[in-house]
Amino acid sequence: MVKYFIVFSLSSVLFLSLPATAAMRVFACEPEWAALVKELAGDDVKVDSATRPSQDPHYVQARPSLISKIRRADLLVCTGADLEAGWLPLLLRKGSNKRIQVGQPGYLMIADTLRLKDIPASLDRSEGDVHAAGNPHLQTDPRNMLPAAEAIMKRLSMLDSENADLYRKNLAEFELRWQDAIAAWEQEAAPLRGVPVVVYHRSWVYLQDWLGLEEVASLEPKPGVPPGSSYLANVLGRTKGLSGLLIIHSQYQESKAINWFSSQSGAPVVLLPSTVGGTAEAKDLFSWYEDIVTRLLKAQGR
Amino acid sequence: MKSNVFAALALMLCVVSNPAWADGQEIEQLRQQLEQLKLEYNSKIEELEKRLRATEIANQQKPVEQATQAAPENVATGRDSVPAEASRSNSFNPDISLILDGRYSNFSQDPDSYEIPGFMLGAEAGPGTSGLALGHSELVISANADDKFYGRFTLAFGYHEGETEIEIEEAFFQTLGLNYGLTVRGGRFYSDIGYLNSQHQHQWDFADAPLVYRALFGNQLLDDGVQLTWLAPTDLYLSFGSELFQGSRFPLSAESGNGFGAYTLFAKTGGDVGDSNSWLAGISYLDADTGNRSSQDTHAHSEEEGDHDPVAFNGDSKTWGVDFVWKWAPNGNRRQRNLQLQYEYYQRKDDGWLTTGNESGSYRGDQSGWYAQAVYQFIPRWRLGMRYDALDSSASGSDDELISEAGLDNEGHKPQRFSLMTDWSNSEFSRFRLQYNRDESSPEVDNQWILQYLLGLGAHGAHQY
Repeated sequence: MVKYFIVFSLSSVLFLSLPATAAMRVFACEPEWAALVKELAGDDVKVDSATRPSQDPHYVQARPSLISKIRRADLLVCTGADLEAGWLPLLLRKGSNKRIQVGQPGYLMIADTLRLKDIPASLDRSEGDVHAAGNPHLQTDPRNMLPAAEAIMKRLSMLDSENADLYRKNLAEFELRWQDAIAAWEQEAAPLRGVPVVVYHRSWVYLQDWLGLEEVASLEPKPGVPPGSSYLANVLGRTKGLSGLLIIHSQYQESKAINWFSSQSGAPVVLLPSTVGGTAEAKDLFSWYEDIVTRLLKAQGR
Repeated sequence: MKSNVFAALALMLCVVSNPAWADGQEIEQLRQQLEQLKLEYNSKIEELEKRLRATEIANQQKPVEQATQAAPENVATGRDSVPAEASRSNSFNPDISLILDGRYSNFSQDPDSYEIPGFMLGAEAGPGTSGLALGHSELVISANADDKFYGRFTLAFGYHEGETEIEIEEAFFQTLGLNYGLTVRGGRFYSDIGYLNSQHQHQWDFADAPLVYRALFGNQLLDDGVQLTWLAPTDLYLSFGSELFQGSRFPLSAESGNGFGAYTLFAKTGGDVGDSNSWLAGISYLDADTGNRSSQDTHAHSEEEGDHDPVAFNGDSKTWGVDFVWKWAPNGNRRQRNLQLQYEYYQRKDDGWLTTGNESGSYRGDQSGWYAQAVYQFIPRWRLGMRYDALDSSASGSDDELISEAGLDNEGHKPQRFSLMTDWSNSEFSRFRLQYNRDESSPEVDNQWILQYLLGLGAHGAHQY
């Protein structure tokens, strides 16, 4: 038994010390980054997403399976801006993997490549679970995918210089297709400009900015604080009489308060996929935003 | 496309040169057409520029520049705020968090006479103070020291019998990834044996420790030492670890001098089952060369027996245990509903001597205990929990009186406890809990009610599994 163990340990150490010829492993914190990595790297890398579309990426635990995944990752692609503050630092400490520690080439936070919205002027938790770096839900504006893709391409090329040309070519192709797609969505979504929306959590500010939606209220009194009935009644009063109001929520958000609010206000509920896979239609990056625009237009009666 | 542009120009000329020819409606139509053309034109130009740039990029064979965590260069469109000042003198301050814990407790028995027949108790092991009292407040300071090391320091504040007690609960360094999945930790830390042991009290689902932790570990096994863990490079979570402890604290109570008084071995494994379930299982072993373990709970015995030295155990102490945790949340989304099942079992075998003053006698002890609990979050904010605790012990030796004096005689009683709790969390940073225990640690049943608050100030707490 002991012999077996020694043989096993030695062979695993030997195996590990060999130069890595196997495919690169990417640990994406959210499905959208996994999808973007796939656009840029194709099937040459192995991509795992830490969270599923059904999970609120803020409320994930450092599960054993995630520790195992981060242990072998060569590149970490996450949103950053404290979205993963509850579990990513813990995974980094438990995963004992030096390639993806803070400051290493294998550590990439997309939020670091952008300027965020909603940077709080003062930091106080009486304002809810605010993020000092700004609103982290930056994936809801497709324009942010361009700098994100560029940052990912750079890291992929650094870590896997043999395929750098391929990644650069893939990025160039992706950028072309993406810009065309953005132009098409913008044209499609033109009637949405100025439409008032009630959101569940303030996770759509980038989408609102992109399509010109007007957020009039959020059902959470403060970020991360679930709605209570008196607060909901208050929002109901404030939004009374607004014509064309839409209620927006993502697939993992509580539906009870949303449905109640909808039945009281008469405004239609629009489920928007917050990431790739959030709805059956959102199969990849392209169909995801397509689905967002389609669902908004449909709810608006167009 | 060119013809489109010409057409547009021609139309424009017409409109400009023949104002009388076009009435208002037509002008509107023409404007719209023109806008349409402009849009098309712009997007085509953009596309061409893009293609040009892409070709340029593709032709460039120069190496990619160093990626840095430097200031953002790409400004996403439509930003309405500026990043926080890049450098301030306190930018490198570590993460600081303060846990506030206070409680109101109501016990039907006097907590000062608390004992568990058959077990020696550590100083902190007991139901706590009755009435309004501060609980276990904690100040945690942690940060990466540099690219290779992480450090954490935890001060615990308690208030007991008119005195404020401050204790260094954790002060350790840890490596941030050596080769081969190894991690080294050194300093004072909670042992990684079991499931609850390495968690801070405020992360527990009940206001007090399981009886088996109270009886065997003095609430929690904490000591000065070093730890080595190895995480296997497998899809299944598989981790092995060992700790060497100085062992000076209860219940290890070793007199180790320059050496080590105790060591642990542990293995953990876990994974996901489908989208909704996950689990973690572990086995642990603790071996201590105990030099002078005696009951730290001085109230029960010393008063009755005058100024006698407490009876101390010295000898070989071996503990092993298993732990198992199962968590469920619909599609893995814990926010609305989730369920957690948890079970731990430990057995300790002591073999050695009991001594007090001039008296001494041989002693063999077999102590064991387990708890099982379920905690269910049925709607956001609200959770319900249930826990059952049980202990068992047997003692044999040359001097029954000594065993009895040491508190190691179980007096024919099998301690058990049944607990119910409900808590309400306004956010991740606050929690209010009501707990009821029917505590049969000793033959007299103690009905315990605890109302507790827990606040987390400062750095975001960890979502520990």
